[in-house]
Amino acid sequence: MAKRIVVDPITRIEGHLRVEAEVEGGKIVDAYSSGTMVRGIEIILRGRDPRDAWAFCERACGVCTTVHSLASVRTVENALSITVPPNAELVRNLIFCAHYLQDHVVHFYHLHALDWVDVVSALKADPGEAARIAQTISNWPRNSANYFRDVQNRVKGLVASGQLGIFANAYWGHPAYKLPPEVSLIGVAHYLDALEWQKEIVKVIAILGGKNPHPHYLVGGAPCSVNIEDSMALNAERLAFIGKLIGDGTEFVEQVYLPDLLAVAGFYRDWFAIGGGLENYLAYGDLPTNGINDPSHFKFPRGAILGRNLAEVQEVKGETTDEIREYVTHSWYSYGQGDQQSLHPWEGETTLNYTGPKPPYEELNVEGKYSWMKTPRWKDHPMEVGPLARLLVAYASGRTDVREVVDEALAKLNAPVAALFSTLGRTAARGLETRLIAHWMREFYDTLIQNIKNGDSRMFNAEKWDPDTWPKEAEGVGLSEAPRGALAHWIKIKDKKIANYQLVVPTTWNGSPRDAKGQRSSYEASLLGTPVADPKQPLEILRTIHSFDPCVACAVHLYDPKGRYLHRVRVV
Amino acid sequence: MSDNHPSVWEIMKSRGYSRRDFLKFCSYIAAAAGIEATGLPKVVHALETKPRPPVVWFHFQECTCCSESFIRSAHPIVADILLDKISLDYSETLQAAAGFQAEEALRQSMEKYKGEYIMAVEGSVPTKDGGVYCTIGGRSALDIAREAAQNAKAVIAWGSCACNACVQGASPNPTGATPAYKVISGKRVVNVPGCPPIGEVMSGVIVHLLAFGRLPQLDSEGRPKAFYSTRVHDSCYRRPYYDAGLFVETFDDEGARKGYCLYKMGCRGPTTYNACGVMRWNGAVSYPIQSGHGCIGCSEAGFWDKGPFYQHLSTFPGFGVETTADTIGAYLAAAAAGGLAVHAVSTNIRKRRILKAEMDKSMKDKDIKPKGGKEGEE
Repeated sequence: MAKRIVVDPITRIEGHLRVEAEVEGGKIVDAYSSGTMVRGIEIILRGRDPRDAWAFCERACGVCTTVHSLASVRTVENALSITVPPNAELVRNLIFCAHYLQDHVVHFYHLHALDWVDVVSALKADPGEAARIAQTISNWPRNSANYFRDVQNRVKGLVASGQLGIFANAYWGHPAYKLPPEVSLIGVAHYLDALEWQKEIVKVIAILGGKNPHPHYLVGGAPCSVNIEDSMALNAERLAFIGKLIGDGTEFVEQVYLPDLLAVAGFYRDWFAIGGGLENYLAYGDLPTNGINDPSHFKFPRGAILGRNLAEVQEVKGETTDEIREYVTHSWYSYGQGDQQSLHPWEGETTLNYTGPKPPYEELNVEGKYSWMKTPRWKDHPMEVGPLARLLVAYASGRTDVREVVDEALAKLNAPVAALFSTLGRTAARGLETRLIAHWMREFYDTLIQNIKNGDSRMFNAEKWDPDTWPKEAEGVGLSEAPRGALAHWIKIKDKKIANYQLVVPTTWNGSPRDAKGQRSSYEASLLGTPVADPKQPLEILRTIHSFDPCVACAVHLYDPKGRYLHRVRVV
Repeated sequence: MSDNHPSVWEIMKSRGYSRRDFLKFCSYIAAAAGIEATGLPKVVHALETKPRPPVVWFHFQECTCCSESFIRSAHPIVADILLDKISLDYSETLQAAAGFQAEEALRQSMEKYKGEYIMAVEGSVPTKDGGVYCTIGGRSALDIAREAAQNAKAVIAWGSCACNACVQGASPNPTGATPAYKVISGKRVVNVPGCPPIGEVMSGVIVHLLAFGRLPQLDSEGRPKAFYSTRVHDSCYRRPYYDAGLFVETFDDEGARKGYCLYKMGCRGPTTYNACGVMRWNGAVSYPIQSGHGCIGCSEAGFWDKGPFYQHLSTFPGFGVETTADTIGAYLAAAAAGGLAVHAVSTNIRKRRILKAEMDKSMKDKDIKPKGGKEGEE
């Protein structure tokens, strides 16, 4: 008889996620993923000025801050046929890269590491030995015995105080922890280092967008003007500041994040065979180098892989209405034409239909509707999105820079490409793409400097700023890659106002409930077969779920409890 | 609190820091909290003797931008806050434990430190339909918030979501998103608005509580005066251009490249109380206006419904250099009632009430009858 484990809240994520898993014979035999919070941003967007949409969408998530703004301005620009100047594209790319560096590092150390690193075990470490190990894998100047001793004393002090704070009541001593105490101590030390470091790289975003989280965007370009002869604009000092931040950021990624990732992975090689889940991968691609309409020149290419067949990358289109579609069969919504069908986002409906148990509740009715997430499909296939999907699509597309970084890491770990189809592969892919992004970021920076040197300082295209220049009706789609995966927005504009707006976001792809055919999405599929040593201590569930880096506030859509506003355009 | 909880000074001493390091540290956090030099001995004394206060931090309807901003704090840095200054006993974002173990940690902290713990709220609380729009561990956010508030020593509402329901409270507020102070009774709530608030403002509020053992002085909207008593417009380095009548007319025009005033681009600096112009963001690197975009007023209640963001304020009558932000609020309400900006109305209801008490009587808001009060505001 299977035993039901409920993990709610899943912590160390963004948002409110609940997992219910059936465990039998020490393994998970079935799993259900539920988003338990909803706000209704899409309905709130209706009737507003499309040029304001980026700010509303940005608040979909403060962890993946910036990504929804980028998708939103692209969506509006697509609808209105606005081309942004090359410098604005570069500024957006720089913000994109800075955000990825910060977000992936924070994910690894602060949201994921404690699944692999036993903080209490670090107390037993020999700081001298920890330094020796750290120095063999990295040139990071802080990796000294004194430094590790200091950190260890700090953690000892915390334990002695009896107030364990964020480390209280966790899974320390669980048999699934495998790291030697010294490697755990390195992990704990760099947890603290990373916490201090992450606030630095986002200064790139503060310079270009005014603040972080939630910098400011602009339909038609970027708000930061260039004037190398003025103290009030993007000048040599500001650019030099960005240059230094890129250098420091790259060093941290190369000398701390990547070495730690590979060191930890080496002790958990069994997790290369666990948590693979779906066999289909989807990436919209991003980081344009020749404009948003030329995906062949994106740093991350666009495409889909089915059945783990790396010999073939399929074309993906956001505007083709039979590709990306959403179900609500098991989601707390209902569709006018019935809940067995799917809808393309341009025709997306958002009618609330909560049929779950009245809180407080113990278990969800997983036979019926059980989540606030809708269920997106690509050509009716469930798809995994995220760092692994991006790397696989790039790898399969023959991108040499990606292949070099992936092959080098796999060689170090003595693992085949197929090892990537796993929990640990997902976690590794995130680190490897961070390394690539740090280098691309430097390229974008150099190109921006070169453009300015060549006399091009344009940041904004004002042609379609005035709503009087817009067509009476327009529709657009904006594809992007958020750190957590493929992200797209769809808009319909009517009479200068938003008539419909839909977001289909990475965690909706990965964390959604089943579709009309009963097909599982990524979280549910990847938990199948996961070992659970102690059902009361769901450490292994956290490992696999965290490998996706869930972002649930993003993932949950829409709505209107009474259906009243569905087709109503608000008078502004 | 019991003796086995060491003070900040004892922890620093055990980590090998000198007395001089400790005093330097005290002066940093005193500066961060806006405390004058003469108040420094009090800070030193507080950090020498106080154990780490337990903090339970809830996430309801939110996007976690407040937590992200908090970890951006440059002084103090968050590693120091977490390890040395507070005991963060519950935080869905950072805590190691999940599920049952996380809930258990929360329960233990609330029992052991009954009447002593600080409750931090990030996010609004949905009140419609029995609270089904946000549940944690199968319980509604409303239940959780009310229970935790009962025995809290203090309640801090982080960010605009917890202070004024922010984006999910924007018209038509589909889930009945409600700010913390409206669902919690019998407790003074410290409102720290902003989307998100500046990281150092958040840590500054914590430092204030820690150093002095009491709440900072609050204004009529529950905001710490130290950070919310000045309009962005008044502390803006571009203000001289405003006074001189030099404005950006289009993004990236000559004026933009010379850093002229963004008022005509819709800047909400004149109606927004926040410390952005003084403290700036991310270690004082910049703030939105410095990076070329107008302020969108993210720390003001109802700012989402005072748009569109690029429509400039002179659309509303009575705007002028000497006009206070609260007066502008009244005019916004007047303009809205006149049909200029329908969804600006509801959010000004509360402001209007405050104005009645505090504003110059000559500026009374005539016969404005706002329509369509917003759930969560009234």
